[in-house]
Amino acid sequence: MSSQARSKFAESDDYIRDLMQQARGLPACGAPLSPQRRALLKLAGAGLVLGFYLPHRAGADAETPQAAGKASKSPVINAFVRIAPDNTVTVYSKAPEIGQGIKTALGLIVAEELDADWKRTVVEQAPIDAKVYGYQGAGGSTTIPRAWDQLRLAGAAAKAMLIAAAAKEWKVNPAEITAEDSRLSHAASQRSATYGSLAEAAAQMPVPDLATLKLKTRGEYRLLERRHRGVDDPRIVRGQPLFGTDVRLPGMAYATFTKCPASGGKVKSANLDEIRKLPGVIDAFVIEGTGKPTEVMPGVAIIAKNTWAAFEAKDALKVAWDESAASKDSSSQFSARAREHAKTFPANFDSNVGDVDKAFANVSNHAGKIVEAWYEYPFVAHASMEPQNTTAWWHDGIMEMWVPTQQPDRGKTLVAGTLGLPEEQVVVHQTRVGGGFGRRLLNDYMCEAAVIARQVKGPVLLQWTREDDFVHDFFRPAGYHQLKGAVDKDGRLDAWQEHFVTFTADGRQPASGSGYSSTLAYACIAPNLRRALTLMELKTPVGPWRAPGSCAQFFAQQCFMHELALAAGRDHVEFLIDAVNRDVPELAPKNPQINFSPARATSVIKLCAEKAGWGKKLPKSRGLGLAWCYAHAGHVAQAVELSVDADKRITIHRVVVAADIGLVVDVAGAESQAQGACVDALSVAMAQQIQLENGRVRQRNYNAYPILRLPVAPSVIEAYFVDSGFPPTGMGEPALPAMAPAVANAIFAATGERLRAMPFNQFGYTLAGQASAL
Amino acid sequence: MITLRINGQPYTVDAPEDMPLLWVLRDLLGLSGTKYACGIGRCGACAVHVDGKMAHSCTLPVGSVGKRAITTIEAIGATPNGAKVQQAWIDGEVAQCGYCQPGQIMSATALLNRTPHPSDADIDEAMNGHICRCGTYVRIRQAIKNAAKT
Repeated sequence: MSSQARSKFAESDDYIRDLMQQARGLPACGAPLSPQRRALLKLAGAGLVLGFYLPHRAGADAETPQAAGKASKSPVINAFVRIAPDNTVTVYSKAPEIGQGIKTALGLIVAEELDADWKRTVVEQAPIDAKVYGYQGAGGSTTIPRAWDQLRLAGAAAKAMLIAAAAKEWKVNPAEITAEDSRLSHAASQRSATYGSLAEAAAQMPVPDLATLKLKTRGEYRLLERRHRGVDDPRIVRGQPLFGTDVRLPGMAYATFTKCPASGGKVKSANLDEIRKLPGVIDAFVIEGTGKPTEVMPGVAIIAKNTWAAFEAKDALKVAWDESAASKDSSSQFSARAREHAKTFPANFDSNVGDVDKAFANVSNHAGKIVEAWYEYPFVAHASMEPQNTTAWWHDGIMEMWVPTQQPDRGKTLVAGTLGLPEEQVVVHQTRVGGGFGRRLLNDYMCEAAVIARQVKGPVLLQWTREDDFVHDFFRPAGYHQLKGAVDKDGRLDAWQEHFVTFTADGRQPASGSGYSSTLAYACIAPNLRRALTLMELKTPVGPWRAPGSCAQFFAQQCFMHELALAAGRDHVEFLIDAVNRDVPELAPKNPQINFSPARATSVIKLCAEKAGWGKKLPKSRGLGLAWCYAHAGHVAQAVELSVDADKRITIHRVVVAADIGLVVDVAGAESQAQGACVDALSVAMAQQIQLENGRVRQRNYNAYPILRLPVAPSVIEAYFVDSGFPPTGMGEPALPAMAPAVANAIFAATGERLRAMPFNQFGYTLAGQASAL
Repeated sequence: MITLRINGQPYTVDAPEDMPLLWVLRDLLGLSGTKYACGIGRCGACAVHVDGKMAHSCTLPVGSVGKRAITTIEAIGATPNGAKVQQAWIDGEVAQCGYCQPGQIMSATALLNRTPHPSDADIDEAMNGHICRCGTYVRIRQAIKNAAKT
């Protein structure tokens, strides 16, 4: 296909695929932590950035203008550290805080190597400048592994400069100076000084050669691998302005943007004259847009004196849409068509190991068993609590923006391209983000705000309504899996055939987030294995959703594994451990960035089973289910103990998470992510789905899209972390994929009913109040 | 012109009677701690106290408030239970993204105001109007219990 013929929609999907590819990029993290300096430097590798100045207006880069104090004049040691005379250490967190606790974690890593007094350390959002900080996105659970070496070196370099300053002043050997809690000491001469008193001199010291820096070993850590409070929590609980939607600037206006409810529709006409006369409305105009859902689709902007006036005018807006090229997608038709496709296994295999046909034939002739099953799951929305928004201000030839985004550097480039401006003329301030879940890797709302702001005098806050947020999401794609598996006469997994019916935006390749999850394969090591894909054309935008691909595909895989274990008459845990330890060289990861390890997988499965009391006798109607996954560089197993009453009401007694994510930077934060991922996955599994009819989204607010609430949320979610001696990897996503299959497997154990489709409420299951479980 | 009593202070605002209190707080008065999330009173992010009781400010027309006292997240820490709940939230490392937490804290405080030692069933009932998309419920429940003990 020529590039001219490629549709805007397909180009938009290409952009998301590239974005996801970039977000997934990981340094090699498969080598154990080593006290050896040499090994560390090798790990640091290419792409390491350690800026030694702070870019523009540091100190004024608080999340929102009203939260910004006066720009600090205290000495800048490097782009991550500044130290005030009163001994307050400020550490700059380079990545967006979306609820994953990264601001606390990144601050801790720098403070650890710096030997800063954590009680007197302030963590602030770093300015957005990729030239200084390198990659500044938050996605794919990669922020910590990407920043691990960079931040440790930043902390160690700052400490070395403080020591050099002290050594010069005290005329002593720098090697004899020790550091603790933002204070340097020299035992022999009994001298001691705070970092604050040395900062001015330290800032004048030459930047040390990074290769000479000695990083701490695990035994020397005072902060890492412990529990910490969130650095922004005191401000969060007092309602201080931190989020994108909290930005307030003098003389600002408020905007809404209305797009066609079916993706791809264009504006024919609108009652703009009427709208402009409504109270509080400043202006209303049509925006043609770039035609890409990732940038700006056609629509009508309304500018008003406050959000309410803008919302009221939006309600009164009447737009005639040209839907000739718009989506006519129907989710029920997709499901029916997928079943038709699944009747024929495609001639072109995605992968082919061993001889699946022979294996199935052998099984029939011998004592093995064949199992076949159809699994499916729907489209789901991100539905983050803070609806999409951006404040943009076109002034002095600069587009200045405050954005709750997961991807500020890509957003900056995208805005510059959309406006036809050089990138230097786009200034991005990163705000705190009221929920990411992958949605805010996209910067469509940011581009819209920029285009609107070009036509408005003064700053303008574009605020999406909750309905806009549902209708114009980039959904987690639905998926359909026809599975056929065989266990041999010894009860071992022998063959796995999978036909995945999914979506395409361009007719050639899976749409973003719609292909086989790249890490899924490692959890299924069958000596005979064949996978195929069938693609159905989709015109509704899809994209990354917390643990893309894995978040749903593990449901099919891990439930089917349970089915096979039962068919084999084997204990489920034994069967899983046997399957992950099979030696099938063709299926072993070739890429050194993949840290998958059968030994690490085995240890999390075993730990999870042990903590959950696997094998214990349970009363009638009570079941224990287990599943595991390898996702986003983490190995995680989950067990769920639940009971089901006669009305199919489920009481969840206990959830156990066993994870190996290498070194745990902040134990409280990692545990939070484990608990949150369990609740999120359970919420999706029980009752969430986005239905499309004639290209339109049916669920447009929380009343139609039931997100789990406190009374039915599990009261006991325990998280255990395996100390495997590996460097840290992320925790935002890995604890999500195995939860839904663990729940379904537990429901089977309790009732004998196998749930092969999400959401489970379609089979009559609901969650009972958990108060009874306490 | 509408006169309101918010966080103990008198305010006069130029707003239509049907404008929800939420937007008066956020856009006209700059009190942005109270959050917009659903606009239909289904998620609790906009919770405030009206005469000490939890109310959804996103569906409460400002013209109907009258002389009743409004308390928002910005001032709830000045009340004994509000301060206890906020501290329990910090100590219990409750927040993830944090967007829903001002609303959760307002409801938890209202609960302790009327039921100093709530049972699990009391907590369920008081917190059922809220959504936390990050799923911090385990810690919210525990933080309320801890606040009740202090």
